[in-house]
Parts: sequence; C-alpha cells; structure tokens
Amino acid sequence: MSMFNILDISATGLHAQTVRLNTIASNMANVDSVSSNKEDTYRSKQPIFQTILNGAKNEPTGGVRIKEIVENQEPLKMEYSPNHPMANGDGYIFKPNVNIVEEMANMMSASRSYETNIEVMNTSKQLLLRTIQLGK
Amino acid sequence: MAESIFGIHERALQVRTARGEMLANNLANADTPNFKARDIDFRQAMNEAGPVKGSHSSDMNRTNARHIEGFAQMSTSDFLKFRQPTQPALDGNTVETHIEKAKFMENAMQQEATLEFINSRITGIRGALRGE
Repeated sequence: MSMFNILDISATGLHAQTVRLNTIASNMANVDSVSSNKEDTYRSKQPIFQTILNGAKNEPTGGVRIKEIVENQEPLKMEYSPNHPMANGDGYIFKPNVNIVEEMANMMSASRSYETNIEVMNTSKQLLLRTIQLGK
Repeated sequence: MAESIFGIHERALQVRTARGEMLANNLANADTPNFKARDIDFRQAMNEAGPVKGSHSSDMNRTNARHIEGFAQMSTSDFLKFRQPTQPALDGNTVETHIEKAKFMENAMQQEATLEFINSRITGIRGALRGE
C-alpha cells in the first residue's frame, strides 16, 4: 500500500475515459455515413466499464478498465430516398443508429470524469511532494 | 521506535493514505455500472490498530519473556464500509461524484495536517539534537 497507487488508479480512470471519448468521436464522425444495406451500416459503439479487482481479496482497489466495446443493437434509420446514389433496389438507404444528443451528453460526462481524475492526481502529487520533503 | 517518535500520526498517515486510495478508486469508477462506493471507517481503523494494550489490540499472548513478540497486523480493508447513496442511480452505481470529491478534499487536508505534525516533530527533535 503506497501513495503511488492513487496515481495508478487515476491513470486507469483517465485511460477508460479516453477510450470512451474515442468511441464517442467515432460515433459522431460516422453519423452521416450512409450505406445501402443493413450489414454495412455503421452502428453506434458503446464502451462497457468494469472495476479492476485487487487480486486475492477480490476488493475493488485497482481502478477501472474497459471490459468490452459493444455495438448498439437498436434498429438502424431507414430512409426512402430513391435518387440517392447509395439507394438499394427498393429505393431505401440506411443511416447509423447514432443519437447525437445522447453522444453529446456522454461526451460532457466523459470530459468531466477525466477532469476529476486529473484533479485527484494533482492533489496526490502535492501530498507526495510534501511527504518527500518531510524534515527539510 | 518510530512509533514512539511520531506517536499516533504515523498510523494516521497510513490510514489516510489508504482512505485516499479508496476515494480515488470511487472517483475512477464513477461511470462503472453496479459499482458500489466504499470508504474507510477512520475512527475504527485508528482504534483497532492503535497500540492500546488490553482493549482492542490483537497482540499475541506471551507466556514467557523470551518468546518472540507477535503482532497481528490489521489491514485497513477490515474497516471498509459501503456508502449509502442519497439518490439511487439507474445503473446501480452508488458513486456521487460531488460527495466523493468533497471527501477526497477533506482527506487531503487531513493528510496535510498529519504531515505538518510529523514535520514539526522532526524539527523539534533536530533542535534537541543540536542543542538549540
């Protein structure tokens, strides 16, 4: 048990939030990618967070990690647009099931959590420096 | 030896460090589904691990003066408690970031105070050694 563990824990938090921001960026960037069949259409990706358990004791003191990134199974947006170059035989195009509003809210939540972890690291750093300078 | 110089502050520093770790873990898991926020019962951790003979300490009994002195090490994980959330979340997560942040800040200030106590103790001893 040492002070440096806090830095490790917060670093896992930073990493997890970075992955979350990455998937959000990917979702937002692909919001207008159109295709002509269901299989090729982009589906919104969402990371699943999981607590890292501490070895033998099964206690959650190790931070957080991304368990997996799942694709949103909500139905895709189907649009009748026969003049679109990507339209299929019936005149339909498929749009990703990305919900921009949801993604924006997620993005703000992720950046706030990122900031929180940074703050924790800063505070711990100051305490560590004070400990190192004991007796000087 | 060190225990007698710094008194209770040495133990306090250990408990505060462990508590800071716990709170940092809560904050890192603010978005993990089903994560339950935890905290260390500081008073209990200090009481149980203090060098108070007879009351709560779990020292080994010695039947002969030549026996090696044993000391049952208490781990701070024995004093972990789950936080009761003020508002339940849909995903089963009980971390309330504002509360955890406040607790973390409180713990950091207390740790700073403990360090200050230890520091002044060192200054005092150094002064005594130099004969100032």
